[in-house]
Amino acid sequence: MEVFYWPLLDLLVWGFITVYLAQFRQNLPGFITFFLGALILWDILFRSQQGISVSFLEDVWARNFLNLFASPLSSSEYILSLMLVSVVKIITVAVIMAALAWVLYSFNIFLIGISLIPFVLNLIIMGWAIGIITTALILRFGQETEVLAWAIGFMFMPVSAVFYPVSVLPPFLQTIAHYVPASHVFEGMREVISKGGFPLNELVWASGLNIMYVFISFLFFNWNFKVVKRKGLLVRIGE
Amino acid sequence: MYEPIVEVKGLTKVFKLLKAVDNVSFDIYPGEILGLLGPNGAGKTTIIHMLLGLTAPASGDIKVFGFDLKKNREKIIQDVNFSSSYVSMPNSLTVKESLKVFARLYKVKEKEKRISELLKIFEIEDIEDKLVRNISSGHQTRLNLAKALINNPKILFLDEPTASLDPDIADKTRSLLKSIKKNRSLSILYTSHNMKEMEEMSDRIIFLYKGRIIAEGRPEEIIRDFRRKNLEEVFLKVARGE
Repeated sequence: MEVFYWPLLDLLVWGFITVYLAQFRQNLPGFITFFLGALILWDILFRSQQGISVSFLEDVWARNFLNLFASPLSSSEYILSLMLVSVVKIITVAVIMAALAWVLYSFNIFLIGISLIPFVLNLIIMGWAIGIITTALILRFGQETEVLAWAIGFMFMPVSAVFYPVSVLPPFLQTIAHYVPASHVFEGMREVISKGGFPLNELVWASGLNIMYVFISFLFFNWNFKVVKRKGLLVRIGE
Repeated sequence: MYEPIVEVKGLTKVFKLLKAVDNVSFDIYPGEILGLLGPNGAGKTTIIHMLLGLTAPASGDIKVFGFDLKKNREKIIQDVNFSSSYVSMPNSLTVKESLKVFARLYKVKEKEKRISELLKIFEIEDIEDKLVRNISSGHQTRLNLAKALINNPKILFLDEPTASLDPDIADKTRSLLKSIKKNRSLSILYTSHNMKEMEEMSDRIIFLYKGRIIAEGRPEEIIRDFRRKNLEEVFLKVARGE
């Protein structure tokens, strides 16, 4: 599976970047700003997701998982604590990446302006939703599926329009991208850089979708948690 | 006669086609050490997991402190704790930090004082600032036991707690558990593959085989009923199906 997964993702992402560059090479405004800004923002989403799923795996690897769930800690409290951990990780990574982009490429992420705050918040929330669902799947299907903690986030990359606009995608992928909050964030980022202003429409879409997805992810996790307890899988992954 | 602190009735757990626990009923009384004995796959650990609410039973009832575990787990678990040789503490924290985490989870009052007491009792004060990942397995077991007592539990579930301890520390741990049990009227559900330990520790033993209770009573009663010299011989007789 892995043999096909990563090459396919590479092909899709780099293929669409190539199409974008070929179509718009005459008038690519703020080329470096687009790419470096997109890279930093994508990493925020990725770290947010990993802050949940990899922190969960760290508890599994440390064989601490059963100690936690034998205590009065509830599954929702556990997920909330992972969210807090992910925020700490994101702040650390974002500060380092922003500083390096400034020092190495004279790129100032804050050029994006006030929109940066809702962009970042939306990417964090989308990362949480993916992270919670990934964690639920690993709980359900066991440690053999822990590769999902790294793979699932990237699955959204081609339809998040990180490095190219949604218009570059074929129509069926454009429809999917419309329901991916990150695509609205990255479209909004490009709008701010090229035209300025505040991309309200994109942010409303991203926020609405994120509220729905994070709610669904919580429901899914709690339902799944009951299933793994019934099937005795919670203790299998914890030992 | 005291009221039982744990009441288990008709407990059953099925994993796919395997009946891991088959219609098991027993009580645990205040201040009692009840030993769960049986070969691998007898259902000992599954019973402990069901008593902790980590695995849902297929059928049967569990009451702890008179409350239904299914409906009152959050309340019950505050006065319960467990330790297992198969489980560890967070390995990126120091010994003291990891105890602090659990002191918070169990809402322990006077956390620092309690942690200092436990570090002293289990003779791990000198490693309190070491990362858990860097301590020996014997120290890890002692840390697990310190965690298990952090909330002054009324009942303790111990799944092979001395499995990786050297004979000296294992003996100290047993003495310590017996003295805590005596002084605080602590009830303990205990599993071990060390038959001498089971004989020494348990007030009463439940012998499990393929998920069912095949014998129950004081260690000497079980030895007498099976017409053997000690628990080890009883265990071998059952495990080998003689």
